[in-house]
Amino acid sequence: MPQRGKIWSKIDWLTAVIYLILLIIGWLNVYAAVYTESHHPLFDISTRYTRQFLFILLALFLAFSAILIEVNFYTFFAYVIYAFGILALAGVLVAGKEINNARSWYSFGWFNIQPSEFAKLAVCFGLAKFYSTFNLKTDTLRTTLIAGALIILPMLLILMQPDTGSAIVFLAFLIPMYREGMPPFILIIGILAGILFFLALILDKLTIILLLAVLSAAGYYLWQKKWKEVIVGLFIPAAFWFIVHLIDRIGHLGVSSFLQWTISLVTGLFVIAFLAIRYRLKKVFVILGILVASISFTFSVEYVFDHFLNSYQKQRVRIMLNLEQDPQGVGYNQNQSKIAIGSGGFFGKGFLKGTQNKGEFVPEQSTDFIFCTIGEEWGFLGSLVVLVLYALLIFRLFQMAEKQRSRFSRFFGYSVASVFLLHVIVNIGMAIGLLPVIGIPLPFVSYGGSSLWAFTLMLFIFLRLDASRLEMLR
Amino acid sequence: MDPFSNRKKFIIILAAAGFLALFGKLFYIQIIDSSYKVSAESNSQRIVTRYPARGLIYDRTGKLIVSNQAAYDVLVNPSQLQSFDTAALCKMLGITVDAARRAIDSAFRFSRYQPSEFVRQISVQEYAVLQEQLYKFPGFFVQPRTLRKYHTSGSSHLLGYVGEVDKSVIKKDPYYRMGDYIGISGIEKAYEEALRGRKGQEVLLVDVHGRVKGSFADGKFDRDAEVGEDLYTTIDLALQEYGEKLMQNMRGSIVAIEPQTGEILALVSSPGYDPALLVGRARAGNYARLAKDTLKPLFNRALMAKYPPGSTFKIMNALIGLKEGVIGTQTEFGCNMGIQIGGMFKRCHSHASPLDLRGAIQNSCNSYFFLTFRNIIENRNYKNSTEAYNAWRRYVMSFGFGKVLGSDLPNELGGFVPAEDYYNRYYGKNRWNAYTIISLGIGQGELGITPLQMANYAAIIANRGYYVIPHSVKEIENKTLERKFRERHFVAIDSSLFNPIIDGMQGAVNGPGTGTALIARLPNIIICGKTGTAQNPHGADHSIFIAFAPRDNPKIALSVYVENGGFGATYAAPVASLIIEKFLTDTITRPWLEQHVLNANLLYYNAPKRKNMVED
Repeated sequence: MPQRGKIWSKIDWLTAVIYLILLIIGWLNVYAAVYTESHHPLFDISTRYTRQFLFILLALFLAFSAILIEVNFYTFFAYVIYAFGILALAGVLVAGKEINNARSWYSFGWFNIQPSEFAKLAVCFGLAKFYSTFNLKTDTLRTTLIAGALIILPMLLILMQPDTGSAIVFLAFLIPMYREGMPPFILIIGILAGILFFLALILDKLTIILLLAVLSAAGYYLWQKKWKEVIVGLFIPAAFWFIVHLIDRIGHLGVSSFLQWTISLVTGLFVIAFLAIRYRLKKVFVILGILVASISFTFSVEYVFDHFLNSYQKQRVRIMLNLEQDPQGVGYNQNQSKIAIGSGGFFGKGFLKGTQNKGEFVPEQSTDFIFCTIGEEWGFLGSLVVLVLYALLIFRLFQMAEKQRSRFSRFFGYSVASVFLLHVIVNIGMAIGLLPVIGIPLPFVSYGGSSLWAFTLMLFIFLRLDASRLEMLR
Repeated sequence: MDPFSNRKKFIIILAAAGFLALFGKLFYIQIIDSSYKVSAESNSQRIVTRYPARGLIYDRTGKLIVSNQAAYDVLVNPSQLQSFDTAALCKMLGITVDAARRAIDSAFRFSRYQPSEFVRQISVQEYAVLQEQLYKFPGFFVQPRTLRKYHTSGSSHLLGYVGEVDKSVIKKDPYYRMGDYIGISGIEKAYEEALRGRKGQEVLLVDVHGRVKGSFADGKFDRDAEVGEDLYTTIDLALQEYGEKLMQNMRGSIVAIEPQTGEILALVSSPGYDPALLVGRARAGNYARLAKDTLKPLFNRALMAKYPPGSTFKIMNALIGLKEGVIGTQTEFGCNMGIQIGGMFKRCHSHASPLDLRGAIQNSCNSYFFLTFRNIIENRNYKNSTEAYNAWRRYVMSFGFGKVLGSDLPNELGGFVPAEDYYNRYYGKNRWNAYTIISLGIGQGELGITPLQMANYAAIIANRGYYVIPHSVKEIENKTLERKFRERHFVAIDSSLFNPIIDGMQGAVNGPGTGTALIARLPNIIICGKTGTAQNPHGADHSIFIAFAPRDNPKIALSVYVENGGFGATYAAPVASLIIEKFLTDTITRPWLEQHVLNANLLYYNAPKRKNMVED
């Protein structure tokens, strides 16, 4: 056991200082976001900046407490904390207060607690504990599935509130899982499926199918470096298409080009499969399997898109993909957000001088769209400072996590860094029009107690774990 | 020890790629793409125009003719509306409940939070009533504008009027915005740039609902409106109003000019209209009514009507004849109720015979000027009649005929003096001669002259050979008058040749013996004048008179047209005489003459064309 006084000297102060700077930047911008010339009193509990000040004070208290608690407490109670988190999420669906059509909040007088913010912390504990199980084989599908279940449980509960944005954040845990040995194909399939999902919405199906066919052929060549099979494989469906097209022309059948291609591709694939069996080319089957899976996925995307997403979610995705121009409707927030940030220019308009900010053109400016205030009033320079601070913090956390000797601490560190990373990229990406509108806060900067406290606890518990890294060999 | 530690690299690369994407997009929208700055401005700034008052218009003696009156636009801000007594409000504003409902509907459609027009231009009286009651109608408020106020019931053709700009003007001149006022005709149009002043602006910061949050940049971009400049016109308002009074029962025009300066003393086009009719809310309705009126009160006869000059043109031919040496002052021609010329008998009226030049003008002998004109066109100094005609036309054009004089009044027409081509087309090249076009000798035929040109012609004779382009404004506050209104234009006739003609004009009014315009005679002032009759195919001839007075150092030159008034002496000469007397002495010593003019009934009555009418 280390001595009490020594713990403070082992804390990573660079991280703590970045944390404090972000808190100050956050408070100043919340002040600017809600500032109006008419009311000035600095201490007025009805204003968001005064409340945020109190939230910050409590956050600092939590940070202190997190440092003072023994490491053993964290590791011992990890599953209990996870269970608490899940219970809180389940409870809010029953006892929560409904705000904006979502049951996401426990109400306590003038402030509300959002359990989904604390659920991230709970999952950090639960997963870290699970991955630190003695003799766990981390690279098996079984481990991945159990860990996945631990993530999906809170996600589902949050989706029931419903709060898609907060649920998406839990995908960040794929990063620590990957680091600990999760089969990479899950990550790769995930990424490819994501790309295909968006392509399926942008391009028409025929184009995608042809693209996939060509990509498969190219993939086969890169894999096997054999021209013969690639050329035969491409020739067969092409020949079929030519025949079908000719019959259609001569007979004036008026078959649509989509149907012509489908007929020739399906018959072509059967012939290729037959040839592959005949000449015992196993690898052709692998490629064909991937091709068929991708094509089925493409067709299922539309079904999923139409049946599983809310109309506002669909529209947000469409707007981000430029499929829909609707600056006064659903796209209003993002459009106004881009205007505010874009009009900041290099140096910004100055503190409290943002015209878009003062005119309340961007809704939710002190919470999800707080980056608008930064971008407009502090310009590219200020935005860059904030970006650099986050990058420093997150890379530092990854670096520190990697140095941990215990898997629990390492997983915990990676989790904290990954959750921060996802929040920063998604929040700023949404504000500047890089990503669809997903309402999640910017860590330490957005107005709100729950997220601030949860992020603070995540950060300082990890700092506490890091401070003791040399003592533990778990 | 840890088989997966190399996976750290991929994670770092992933994170770095994320940050780089943010950096790239930020750099693009904040530094490269400037369109967001424009959008931000249009989002958050509202420019409120401060309207200046238009410049005032005075007459030459400093009497105010046009000033401004306050009018009030009633605006409505839909977001602040509460239920109110619609009937009471409509009654106060003089509108129907239906119209009110429509206005509120369209205001809602425009914006919930920004004010739009409810009723425009209510009068001071209506405003006074409304103001006391306004507290009962939340959401309604009043914005002052200025409208024109006229201190005369006439002068409308001269002053012109002010109205809202139309889209074509807005497209051409970026100064104007929808709803701005602009001078549409007359002096208001000609001096628009001086009169309008300069609009100011106030840049306000607004929020997402259009609510005003304060001044933008502490008012750095605000600008006060600059009041329009005052105009001092050349008009003698008393004379103008007297002219309008005399013409009240006739169609026609009076244009009076101060000969030495070209200043227009009065410009009457009858029938006219009260300029107050074209102010404010009633403008559109009244305009439509005036436009439909068969008497064409909107038509500015003084600048736009073209008539043959009739016998007044005999002076022109006399001057050209003298200048070309084809007649002398002592040349006499016989006339016995007409002469045989070019195989035709051209009639004249009864007078002594033979007459010299002076007598021919005094008695307006047709035969004398047929022969003079023949001599001009048959002049051996020219190769052929066409050449001689071209020389004649150059003289005529030097008097400002057949072209726009270039006065400061808009819509001035140039009239018509046929060119050689015109006759070539009509008769064939070299197939016309003096006899074909002989009626030009007495000012009939194809000539088209406007009353303004005719007054200028009188001024040229009064000046013995020069004119200054007629203009209606003497002085613009802070500005000097355009140079072209100070220059003298000399005609192609020597000034010494004018005196014998002026003798004839003096004789026509003052005798001795017979004269065509003895009715215009004044006891103490020598008026020189010439009557004319313009033939027109639609009815009785137009009565024309040009004159100037006094003979030496003339102070006023004028032309008077009375449509279907018959002989020049019937109405035009008395009107001219009264105008001269009024201007020079400010009294009327011949009430019987004034009564004669006022008793005319020529506004609606068009006498049938008399047969065998002879030029006077």
